[in-house]
Amino acid sequence: MSALTQLGDSRELLANLTLREVRGKYKRTALGQVWSLINPLAMMLIYTAVFGQVLRVTIPPGNPSGLHLFALWLVCALLPWNFMSNAMTGGMSSLVGNANLIKKVYFPRQVLVAATVLSWDVTFLTEMGVLTAVLLAFGGMPLPWLPLVVVFMAFLTLFALGLGLALSVANVYFRDTQHLVGIVMQIWFYATPIVYPISYVHKEAVKLHDKGWNIPVEFMYRLNPMERFVEVFRSLMYDNRWPALGDALYCIGAGIVSVVIGYWLFARFEGRMAEEL
Amino acid sequence: MSDSVIVVDGVSKRFRLYHQRNQSIKAALMRGGRAKYEEFWALKDVSFEVPEGSMFGLMGVNGSGKSTMLNCIAKILRPDKGTIATRGKFSALLELGSGFHPELSGRENIYLNGSILGLSKRELEARFDEIVDFAGVEQFIDQPVKNYSSGMYVRLGFSVAINVDPDVLLVDEVLAVGDAAFQEKCMEKFAEFRRAGKTVVVVSHAMGTMRTLCDRVAWLDAGRLVEVGRPDELIDRYIDEGHVQRGDADGGSRWGSGEGALTSVAFVDAAGAPTTKLRTGDEATIRLTYETRQRIDKPVFGLAIETLEGVYVWASNTRDADYVPDCIEGSGTVEFHIPRLMLLPGTFDISASIVDFSTVHVYDFRRHCYRFDVDHGTPRESGGLVSLGGAWRNLTSGSATADRAVQSLESGS
Ligand SMILES: Nc1ncnc2c1ncn2[C@@H]1O[C@H](COP(=O)(O)OP(=O)(O)OP(=O)(O)O)[C@@H](O)[C@H]1O
Ligand SMILES: [Mg+2]
Repeated sequence: MSALTQLGDSRELLANLTLREVRGKYKRTALGQVWSLINPLAMMLIYTAVFGQVLRVTIPPGNPSGLHLFALWLVCALLPWNFMSNAMTGGMSSLVGNANLIKKVYFPRQVLVAATVLSWDVTFLTEMGVLTAVLLAFGGMPLPWLPLVVVFMAFLTLFALGLGLALSVANVYFRDTQHLVGIVMQIWFYATPIVYPISYVHKEAVKLHDKGWNIPVEFMYRLNPMERFVEVFRSLMYDNRWPALGDALYCIGAGIVSVVIGYWLFARFEGRMAEEL
Repeated sequence: MSDSVIVVDGVSKRFRLYHQRNQSIKAALMRGGRAKYEEFWALKDVSFEVPEGSMFGLMGVNGSGKSTMLNCIAKILRPDKGTIATRGKFSALLELGSGFHPELSGRENIYLNGSILGLSKRELEARFDEIVDFAGVEQFIDQPVKNYSSGMYVRLGFSVAINVDPDVLLVDEVLAVGDAAFQEKCMEKFAEFRRAGKTVVVVSHAMGTMRTLCDRVAWLDAGRLVEVGRPDELIDRYIDEGHVQRGDADGGSRWGSGEGALTSVAFVDAAGAPTTKLRTGDEATIRLTYETRQRIDKPVFGLAIETLEGVYVWASNTRDADYVPDCIEGSGTVEFHIPRLMLLPGTFDISASIVDFSTVHVYDFRRHCYRFDVDHGTPRESGGLVSLGGAWRNLTSGSATADRAVQSLESGS
């Protein structure tokens, strides 16, 4: 827990570093912060074209919102995923990227990881704001659910922070952690119901069962915390209803467990960091 | 102890020396675990205390563990054994650069470093001008620091480190990079710092600076603490043991057109052997050996002595001394004879040159090509650079008894 109090003591530094990250992200680009909206927009268009139009993924209509649009349905899951993915990989490289700082000045090093994650939170908040406006324009009613959305954004942040902390120290000792993580993120993306609904998994599971394979496919599939987060965000934003209690609890648990283990690993291995960098 | 700001207790630090530095999982898996390494103890059971308000020096040869010690005190490295208890706010300026981000501008780096060192934005804004002013980099403040010269880099780093108002300042050998004017400013700042009751820990190879600056020094050798004590005694012993390499061209620069070259510059003793240890009042000779590629008409030999801090102490050349030959050719020597060396104890550098009669064209200039130490001798005077060889006299006093005492004082001596 001392790691957490340290983080509290360096609030000002955390704020400064976060600001630096936010400003630095699109430095020397003509469009600046606009890129943070163009990126998800481009991804949305590509996935909508491929999965919505070409592969004809069928999605259930929003219940009770009545929305029925692949692009919107997709984005409600894509934005949380993008945030988690960026924050985690950004946090992972933050120690190696700031090696010169770590070797020359003392400060609680977890601040670097936290600042990177928080800087992606800024992007995430903007994107969710824009998404809310778009959903309203298409007749959805996400407004009453926004406080809950923010709560789950917080837990998703904890989840990403924990992973970022653990991976950042791993990356100091093994530099190819980041390349490995690059591949894992691709697999993880398709193992999460972002571009297809979970009902597809159910169908596959039934098929396998009929063939006599007794694998608990759905159970295993649903162990993935991101699956739960995606379901929760979709319920709140796309469907405008309460998320399933199990999913919600699972998300909260995943966030807390991740951050506790992440901190523990970080504290355990940060001692020799300056000399390994 | 309540009056120590740093208590180092039995600290040992181990480094791993990897045979193959391969930070990849594949390499690790193939070896069946982490990379093979040897253990190396850079610090072994070191204990000392730094009193509050003191100027504390760390000395030792290259690789003796000074920087490692400083890094442990700054909490950048974690000791494997022992503890370091510290009190107050620390600010560190470690070997070249103080955690600047090369891509960021000087301004951004000041804000970043300042907030890392614990200043709020408001405090930083208040001190910003002072920081930039002290560093003397106004013009370049919005340039990325990667475009700074190494001197500018250090100046800015020092300026930030000292202006964040720490209780303890750790400085590792960086000041040598700055020019003479900046070093002077730093010395002033150190003095100011100490008047305010703050503590400074310095690592330096400049024994002259250490001697004049420090109240206490610790001598490290191969990771072990040899002794902690008063600088004059300890530095003399350190120099006597020959740990300070003298007489070679350490870091000095050299230029010139090369028709004639100074092949050696040295103090020589009566037997003609080079020596680097002299005493105040000694008879001494500086011998210059030269070699020419062609005949040189009316060459002028020059010599200058500076302290390690760059204070210009003395110079002489054969033109001003009216000792110019018509020409020289081949190789030869010339000597400068000093009947009584009137320098007080300290470490000095010699620069030597051969130039033409106009002193505009340089054949060979060797800056700081010879370093020597002066030790206590006679006359024994209290401090400063030069001995004036004078004597105290003519003390008068109002009372008759005191007058008699004075007379006996003069006749006794
Ligand atoms: N990160 C590191 N990994 C392995 N060995 C190291 C590391 N840092 C320092 N060492 C070793 O520890 C020893 C002490 O180094 P240190 O830098 O403390 O010496 P120093 O007294 O500061 O020398 P100098 O006068 O050259 O600055 C050296 O032998 C060095 O090779
Ligand atoms: Mg060093």
